[in-house]
Amino acid sequence: MLSYILTLLPSILEGLVMTLKVFFVTLVLSIPLGVIVSIFRLSRFKPLSKITELYIWVMRGSPLMLQIVFIFFGLPIVGIAFDRFTAVIIAFVLNYAAYFGEIFRGGIESIDRGQYEAAKVLGLSPYRTFMRIILPQVIKIVLPSISNEVITLVKDTSLVYIVGLGELLRAGKIASNRDVSLVPLVLVTVAYLLLTAIFTVAFNKIEKRYSYYE
Amino acid sequence: MVLKVDWLNKSFGKKRILKDISFELNTGEILTIIGPSGAGKTTLLRCINGLEKSDRGTIFIDNAYLCRDYNDKNIYARSREMKEIRQKIGMVFQNYNLFPHMTVMENIIEAPIHVLGLSRDEAINRAYELLESLGLEDKTDSYPFQLSGGQKQRVAIARALCLNPKILCLDEPTSALDPELRGGIASIIENLASKGMAILIITHDMDFAKRVATRVIFMEDGRIIKEGEKEEFFNSFKDDRIRKFMVL
Repeated sequence: MLSYILTLLPSILEGLVMTLKVFFVTLVLSIPLGVIVSIFRLSRFKPLSKITELYIWVMRGSPLMLQIVFIFFGLPIVGIAFDRFTAVIIAFVLNYAAYFGEIFRGGIESIDRGQYEAAKVLGLSPYRTFMRIILPQVIKIVLPSISNEVITLVKDTSLVYIVGLGELLRAGKIASNRDVSLVPLVLVTVAYLLLTAIFTVAFNKIEKRYSYYE
Repeated sequence: MVLKVDWLNKSFGKKRILKDISFELNTGEILTIIGPSGAGKTTLLRCINGLEKSDRGTIFIDNAYLCRDYNDKNIYARSREMKEIRQKIGMVFQNYNLFPHMTVMENIIEAPIHVLGLSRDEAINRAYELLESLGLEDKTDSYPFQLSGGQKQRVAIARALCLNPKILCLDEPTSALDPELRGGIASIIENLASKGMAILIITHDMDFAKRVATRVIFMEDGRIIKEGEKEEFFNSFKDDRIRKFMVL
């Protein structure tokens, strides 16, 4: 049994690496983009705010799977082609930035107007006000929701098998089909559970770090 | 004269909030504006510190126009001048609006560093002196939530003073204080005025106005009803509206 598991490990680990790559690249790109989305969404320039609203509606209102298929299999029909990984990242980042954008918007809107006014009478520029006064307070407020999204993202990475990228779930499924065994799927389940456990602990730590003020 | 307001008018929609407001404020003076809520006191203060834009009239602050009428329009200072004019007005909000994620020291030095361009050490020295004069030198590393109401107010005062303003504005400075703390804030204000600071206070705390003011303006329904030196104001008038308000 143990030796069977050992023979599975290389392909499972390879899948894990792809899963983590999709996960981290998406996270690193979509969180800053989400901040920008929230600013656009809150813009007083109506066309910008309306277009952003439309974008958020499309991204949240259609399946991520469809968005991946659309970009990788659909766009080449009109002459826009990406390699598998790029296509997947574009779909994930656009999708997650919409969700993060709405989370940040909620956070920004919950900051007391007095904070902006205090910054304004002190003469701080709008940029400094946002980066130094508003954003740090927003991060504390949105951390629990962000943590939720991050856990979802770990699991959503399994969708990339549709374009043939060898991630965790695909590695398990191939082995399970080949060997007619449940073990590879159990192994993959354990891997996902470990990943989500690690990120849950990490976010609890970050939340604790932000509890230095009330 | 550090502040001159002339024929200032402001409406929200169709409602006229400020009607032809004119007054002056000199260095070393403590001017209190009193009046019932809804009289337009807070809107007047918000026009002076630039948080609201007036519709008509002049605000002149220490040799520069914040706004004035020109060719039938109310013209505001350009953003660079605006920034300089803002530095001349220190503002202490009713609920202080301290930045909760920053320590007392960080609250105070943020603007001197990024607006005045002081080095971090210069800013810290200046802030420390102010905190010392306000009896808060042991609170530099505290966060606002760890402070009492009176301490928060003094931090807000230090934050405003650290930009070296010519005018210090306080919106309802006694509204959130226990009665025994009112004497403390009064002596802080008197001390600042004696050093030449012009002070503008909005309050409906009559006892406090009597204690600190050198001059008093009574506003009602967007207008200045009565203005006078403190003694004269509180002793000599026979205006029913003001008497009614003062009895309240």
